[in-house]
Amino acid sequence: MNAVVISRSSQSSEVGQAGDNSLMAFDVERVRKDFPIFDQKVHGRPLIYLDSGASAQKPQQVIDAMSTAYETYYANVHRGVHVMSQRSTEAYESAREKIAKFLNTNNSNEIVLTGSATEAINLVAYSYGRKFLKAGDEIILSHMEHHANIVPWQLLRDDVGVVLKIAPILDDGSLDLEAFEALLGSKTKLVAMTHISNALGTVVPIKQVINKVHEHGALVLVDGCQATPHSAVDVQALGADFYVFAPHKVYGPTGIGVLYGREDLLNTMPPWQGGGDMIASVTFDKTTFQKAPLRFEAGTPAIVETIGLGAAIDYVSALGMENIAAHEQGLLHYATERLNAIEGLTIIGTAPDKAAIISFIMDCAHPHDIGTIVDQMGVALRTGHHCAQPVMDRFGLSATARVSFGLYNTRQDIDTLIDAIGAVKEFLG
Amino acid sequence: MFDDLRELYQEVILDHGKKPRNFRHPDDFTCEAAGNNPMCGDALIVYLTVDDNRMIRDVAFQGKGCAISVASASMMTEMLKNISADEADTLFKAFHGLCTGADDADDLVAGLDEEVAERLQMLSGVRQFPMRVKCATLAWHTMDAAINGHQEISTE
Repeated sequence: MNAVVISRSSQSSEVGQAGDNSLMAFDVERVRKDFPIFDQKVHGRPLIYLDSGASAQKPQQVIDAMSTAYETYYANVHRGVHVMSQRSTEAYESAREKIAKFLNTNNSNEIVLTGSATEAINLVAYSYGRKFLKAGDEIILSHMEHHANIVPWQLLRDDVGVVLKIAPILDDGSLDLEAFEALLGSKTKLVAMTHISNALGTVVPIKQVINKVHEHGALVLVDGCQATPHSAVDVQALGADFYVFAPHKVYGPTGIGVLYGREDLLNTMPPWQGGGDMIASVTFDKTTFQKAPLRFEAGTPAIVETIGLGAAIDYVSALGMENIAAHEQGLLHYATERLNAIEGLTIIGTAPDKAAIISFIMDCAHPHDIGTIVDQMGVALRTGHHCAQPVMDRFGLSATARVSFGLYNTRQDIDTLIDAIGAVKEFLG
Repeated sequence: MFDDLRELYQEVILDHGKKPRNFRHPDDFTCEAAGNNPMCGDALIVYLTVDDNRMIRDVAFQGKGCAISVASASMMTEMLKNISADEADTLFKAFHGLCTGADDADDLVAGLDEEVAERLQMLSGVRQFPMRVKCATLAWHTMDAAINGHQEISTE
């Protein structure tokens, strides 16, 4: 994880609720008590939630922050002089500050709030892509992208005639760096690449990728949807031009996405949606636009969800991203060892540097059958193509079963998973 | 507590899932359709030979899917041979009703041949697993599309 984990102890201590993280052992049992969803049984058994890669569960702190906003100070933001609007605006903009700190951006004008991470990528493809890219320009993606980082670029290709190049991956699921570098050239204008693969768990050496791309004068958009839950991210240290993440995977609410963009870059980009909040002045003859980020935030935003994300960032920062990462790496290694010991089970994605995501297949059972059987034992895992069909094709598969860990998972969860896989063999073996 | 699972994964179903019948690309056929379940990646093609009197003379399929979708396709091919396209439609409606717990499901099944009804009932154990209903019905939707001249269907 050396390319990803950058020490953020100074920032964590600013949040401060948990004191000095370097001295605090990560107490998973205490952390679990923050998540009310675990106070129930599923099919008569405890819920073993191993699908955080799809969406993470929410701590009480996030739920409370959102309820408090609705119950005590809710109003629309950026308009009105009344006290509720003022308090709402302050809470909303303070959440933007928290997001900026979370990614260590230069300032909070570099944080654009969107409706989803997918929308954030589409924003760049529409606004940057349609203004600055032309026919024949090349965009490089990797073979392990999920659909959200493929389809927006295909739409751009069909519109303006850019050429998409695909950087291959090796058999273990690592990026083929040599082949990637061979694709870089004078026509390369943008590289859109994941930081961590959602289907394989591979950690891409993204800083190395960014450095290489910048040598060719092109920009890099990093899809950080799987990286932000599992590791500290410092966009300035990485040198990313754009960085996108999905708040609901970082224990925050659904309905919002985050786009980081370098401020100078964002201010060269035209709006992609028009409406209220994004304008400086409007007459029927001419409208002038706000600077970033408001330029890209037409309409009433997801106010309470953004406040909820602020609470989620407070929560993970207090625990310490490096503590979370260390806890999850322990789970990854234990689970990998236990799964590898099962005859007829194959892990897909065995890169040396991985996040706590494991895809696997079994000789005796299709992933959907695995998913249904383990669900009866309370184990929630993802089955299917993980919205990443090209990477499935790369391995000659149509689907895998995937377990993805969050900060609340335990070694006992993995023991239950192993028992549940035993039941799969009993039924279908 | 695994009663629902045992009902779903009965021996007959597992056997069809592992050794699907009529799993081939026939040399001749009169209609075909591709069925896709885009959310999970299941994909199969159903080939039918329907004669001038709308009698189904041959049914085969190929594709990839879970035990339930493959078993359902396999058992479907056995049930459809030498019945009319209209009878196939009746079976499809009855099966669909059983899988989704439709109010008129029992009426639809009541008129069927006993052995066929038993097989449909067996496959419809999937109704306890709403997320899996589309696995069991994929081949049937595809067959229906082929007979009615559609080339492709999606169960989402």
